[in-house]
Amino acid sequence: MKSALTYMYRGVFAPLIAAAFVATAAMAEEIGDAEQGEKVFRKCASCHQLGQGAEHRVGPHLNGIFGRKAGTAEGYTRYSPGLLRAGEDGLIWSLDNLSAYLENPKSLVSGTRMNFRGLKDADERANVLAYMRQFSDNPANIPEAQPTALPHEITLPPEILAIVGDPEYGEYLASECQTCHRSDGSDQGIPSITGWPTEDFVLAMHAYKQKLRTNPVMQNYAGRLTDEEIAALAAYFAGL
Amino acid sequence: MTLNRRAFIGTGAAALAALQAPALWAAGHGKPKVVVIGGGAGGATAARYLAKDSKGGIDVTLVEPSRHYYTCFFSNLYIGGFRDISSIGHSYGKLASDYGINVVHDWAVGVDRDARTVTLAGGAVLAYDKLILSPGIDFVEGAVPGWDTSAHNKMPHAYKAGSQTELLKAQIEAMPQGGRFAMVAPPNPYRCPPGPYERISMVGHLLKQINPTAKILLVDPKAKFSKQALFEEGWNKHYPGMIERVGPDFGGDKVEVRPDSMEVVIDGTVEKVDVCNVIPAQKAGRICEMAGITEGNWAPVNGHTMASRVDENIHVLGDATNQGDMPKSGFSANSQAKVAAMAVRGALTGSKVFPAKFSNTCWSLIDTDDGIKVGAAYEATDEKIAKTSGFISETGESTDLRKRTYEESLGWYSGITADMFG
Repeated sequence: MKSALTYMYRGVFAPLIAAAFVATAAMAEEIGDAEQGEKVFRKCASCHQLGQGAEHRVGPHLNGIFGRKAGTAEGYTRYSPGLLRAGEDGLIWSLDNLSAYLENPKSLVSGTRMNFRGLKDADERANVLAYMRQFSDNPANIPEAQPTALPHEITLPPEILAIVGDPEYGEYLASECQTCHRSDGSDQGIPSITGWPTEDFVLAMHAYKQKLRTNPVMQNYAGRLTDEEIAALAAYFAGL
Repeated sequence: MTLNRRAFIGTGAAALAALQAPALWAAGHGKPKVVVIGGGAGGATAARYLAKDSKGGIDVTLVEPSRHYYTCFFSNLYIGGFRDISSIGHSYGKLASDYGINVVHDWAVGVDRDARTVTLAGGAVLAYDKLILSPGIDFVEGAVPGWDTSAHNKMPHAYKAGSQTELLKAQIEAMPQGGRFAMVAPPNPYRCPPGPYERISMVGHLLKQINPTAKILLVDPKAKFSKQALFEEGWNKHYPGMIERVGPDFGGDKVEVRPDSMEVVIDGTVEKVDVCNVIPAQKAGRICEMAGITEGNWAPVNGHTMASRVDENIHVLGDATNQGDMPKSGFSANSQAKVAAMAVRGALTGSKVFPAKFSNTCWSLIDTDDGIKVGAAYEATDEKIAKTSGFISETGESTDLRKRTYEESLGWYSGITADMFG
């Protein structure tokens, strides 16, 4: 498996896909193990949806990503200037450059807001790309997939999700976040949190509050926020 | 008139009622005036939030002697070679141009609390409705026998960043092979509790590259120090045999220095060293004493608003305060600045005031990609700012987690400096 992959990345197979773009499901399987890739994709699913009915969330949905110019998913508005520039400079997502992006997002696209540490393991990258590939093969018929719904790291009662936050209170509370999270939305080592869908924001904060997400700084801050305060923050940051 | 205004700033419901009539305020006084002294993590942040959130409704003047401000946080990383000095330098251009803050590069040399004016070294007199003091630290005279500020070229403190930091680094680079670096660490409380120990780590990192047989002597009056287990684990791992610490059980609290002969005398024993970094005991920046708002070495404040307990028209931020449980750090000062800005704006313009919340996180670097952190959340009680919960890195963490912690600190630096300077 590994040696075959290395061979592909040396450039014999991958450029063919990028150039001709006639891949089939069978080809996706040759990229890697899509079934394993579905598991790897869980790391992506807190921000990205994929499959039938996929929507833009914190990140754009990834249906049809192969062959698309970077920074051009229709209707997605949170692209960093860095990613838009990469698209304007001609970056078209292929197996090769997606693999490089997943290995170290910030080294391929400096200034990207994708706060992802990267997949160092070439097999994992190949597998997740094989999985994603299935949602680019035939745009008219995107297969169903698990992560089309929201990420399931946490389930919240509907009354918590229904709280409408007070953005004025959120603005004051947010001043505490902005010691680390930049209000211009750029990511220089700490994630960008501007413009998120409010529901994703609320889910993420409750996941820290319940210590399902691990960063101790965030657990500490989220831990003392009330449900109303989390909603207020979500409302404020959604509008930035 | 003065009495009226005092009453109306100080009292909650009555103040709000009075503020329903801003035209009266404008007719009598023009725009309310806030003077901020000190352009660091507390002062720059307070000035920026006041100007930004009042949307021009408050006349904000920031008094700071330096045109280029070097952050104390990350100055150890400059010593270790992880940052350029220029990358920790900042100017006040945006605060002036984008936020309309009147930035004055001068020293404040006097405060007349009755007249509510600040006098600058250049002779200007600034009137204020509210004064915010964020002057950082000064050193306690005679704290380390043999050392005073006239010796700071021979034995730098490097505890206000900039030329002192550059001097200390140059001296370390010029040490003879196999030479000895000494640090005299300060007693509590002082600016940046992990700072001296991060500095020891960064000096170790630098020496390991350029002078691997050199030694480090750490003379410490304290029995325990911040993140001690984490630092000691890191020193054993990265700098084995290089660092010797003399605590109070071996005379670390009975130290004298001789700058002319480069000697450190520990409980009577003379140690010859090549570089000596003296970080003396500290007190609030001098202007607090001039304003008459200190008790002992620090300025006591009310945690709900960061107002001085001596004068309600003066708010004090950061290292200079005696507030309770928060450490003296840039992060703390930045956090306190937002509470003070909200309280001041509420008092002057009638804007909504929410309950004070504070937080702090201190990241430290031990060696390349080996970052650690400690932090806590706080709230105001009538007595003090009280810690509500906290966390600290653990010993034995994976190298991957330590690298992530370091990268997080880079993000924080970028975040807090944007929050201070716009």
